[in-house]
Amino acid sequence: MISVFFEYSFLTYSLYTAIMVGLIAPLLGVFLVVRRLSLISDALSHITLSGIAFSLLLGKHFILFANLNPIYMGMIFSVGGAIFIERLRNVYRYYKELAIPIILSAGIGIGVVFISLADGFNTDLFSYLFGSVVVIRYSDFQLISVITILVLILFFLFYKEWFYLSFDEDQATVSGIPKKILHFIFIVMVALVIAASMRIVGILLVSSLMTLPVAAAMRWAKGFKQMFFYAIIFGELSVIIGLVSSFHLDLFPGGTIVLLNVLILLFSILLTNKR
Amino acid sequence: MNNKNKYAIEVELVSFSYGQRNVLEDIQLKIPQGSFLGLMGPNGSGKSTLIKCILGLHKPNKGTIKLFGEDVNKFDRWSEVGFVSQKANSFNSGFPATVFEVVSMGLFGKIGLFRFLTRKHKDKVIDAIRQVGMEDYLRQNIGELSGGQQQRVFIARALVSDPKLLILDEPTVGVDAKSVQNFYTMLKKLNVERNMTLVLVTHDIGAMTEYITDVACLNKCLHFHGGTKEFEEKQDDMISSMYGHDVRIITHNHDHDHDHAHDHDNLKGSTHHD
Repeated sequence: MISVFFEYSFLTYSLYTAIMVGLIAPLLGVFLVVRRLSLISDALSHITLSGIAFSLLLGKHFILFANLNPIYMGMIFSVGGAIFIERLRNVYRYYKELAIPIILSAGIGIGVVFISLADGFNTDLFSYLFGSVVVIRYSDFQLISVITILVLILFFLFYKEWFYLSFDEDQATVSGIPKKILHFIFIVMVALVIAASMRIVGILLVSSLMTLPVAAAMRWAKGFKQMFFYAIIFGELSVIIGLVSSFHLDLFPGGTIVLLNVLILLFSILLTNKR
Repeated sequence: MNNKNKYAIEVELVSFSYGQRNVLEDIQLKIPQGSFLGLMGPNGSGKSTLIKCILGLHKPNKGTIKLFGEDVNKFDRWSEVGFVSQKANSFNSGFPATVFEVVSMGLFGKIGLFRFLTRKHKDKVIDAIRQVGMEDYLRQNIGELSGGQQQRVFIARALVSDPKLLILDEPTVGVDAKSVQNFYTMLKKLNVERNMTLVLVTHDIGAMTEYITDVACLNKCLHFHGGTKEFEEKQDDMISSMYGHDVRIITHNHDHDHDHAHDHDNLKGSTHHD
């Protein structure tokens, strides 16, 4: 079944891209979940949508943008949204979670306006919303490889600081860990990973790839390191099986990947309940 | 020891307010190295706020704070300061981390950015865990332990970086009475054997007068600061002056001391004076 993915180069790229996404999305997702920020990925994916829509709109009117991969504009919007969220979390210090619905609705609002200006939905947009097996270009593959390498390097460099900040922000600050800059790097990473993952899973479902494998991992893991181990295994299982089956069944991969994640989560809950 | 470093903490005329509400007024408090100070006061008296100022987490509106002779804003030897906060406040008990992982966090600041835990560090972590008697729980998730055990793990985390100053903000809330006694004994040992300066915020000064060397009483202003003996002599006057009227409360009601709780008519401070 999977062999067809190695016969055509565009399918090979999408498989490799999916494997990278299945690694980095749950990796950062662990920190998001334990910091109780899992909804941030939703807000950022919606603001990515407005970036994509903006890029498609520009492409319609300016020849210069027609060949630009919309993922770049998506990334710019996503990182911008991430910075806004951090700002808003400081503005509403006692209602930090407010930043998330603000950015989420702003993202959808801007996105819808741009989409209507660009004369509505087309199949291209649908592939951004729900993911696609066939649209991954070599340039997507390259960009996502760069992001993956960057995320992995930063993860190994700042693992202990991010771990401490997630567990106990006050104590971490007292011990001299530079909280602000590390939060900033982290949220920018999340924004980039969301923009990167969206080609495979689609904007509307990207947050599930960051949270569901982590939710399942929580049922099994003893300790923080194991969280990553399980979350990545579950993420990869769902991404690879989901992608291959979506190709054969002619479905959007976003749907199959998320459904597999839900199945893994259900099994995890059922199997660990007795313990 | 030169004069400059005689004090672990120097608080000079510090005032702090949350918006319009003054929480601390002109606090002046010098804590010599090697002492074991019990900092007491009713709910909402600003104890936790003062601690946060000392740790540089809050910036006072007025006044200066020095740690080991150095202004807190410039102080950078944070690995010499251990801090154990009110457990209920700052800790998510569902967090998936083992005892070993939690205690190793205490070294992260000292190790610094771009460096990793070595074999030597790991030995230190295990050593600190052994000191608090939790070595049988190394690989257990912190959420699976009892309140008293969790608190011991947090002490180990504070100890692992060999601090010279250890600040504990109501560390015994939610811990059973027997564990509390063991806990104070352990602190006393650290104070005596390692000459570690200890500051312990508590409601319950009565239960620990035999362990501490000094007492400070806080309710917005500093009402008393002196040796334990002196405190015991003046205790009754002081408590009524601090609480505003004559109170005799002997209940053990461990409410969490949020900075916002500010109810003078309904005091829940559990103060022993038999």
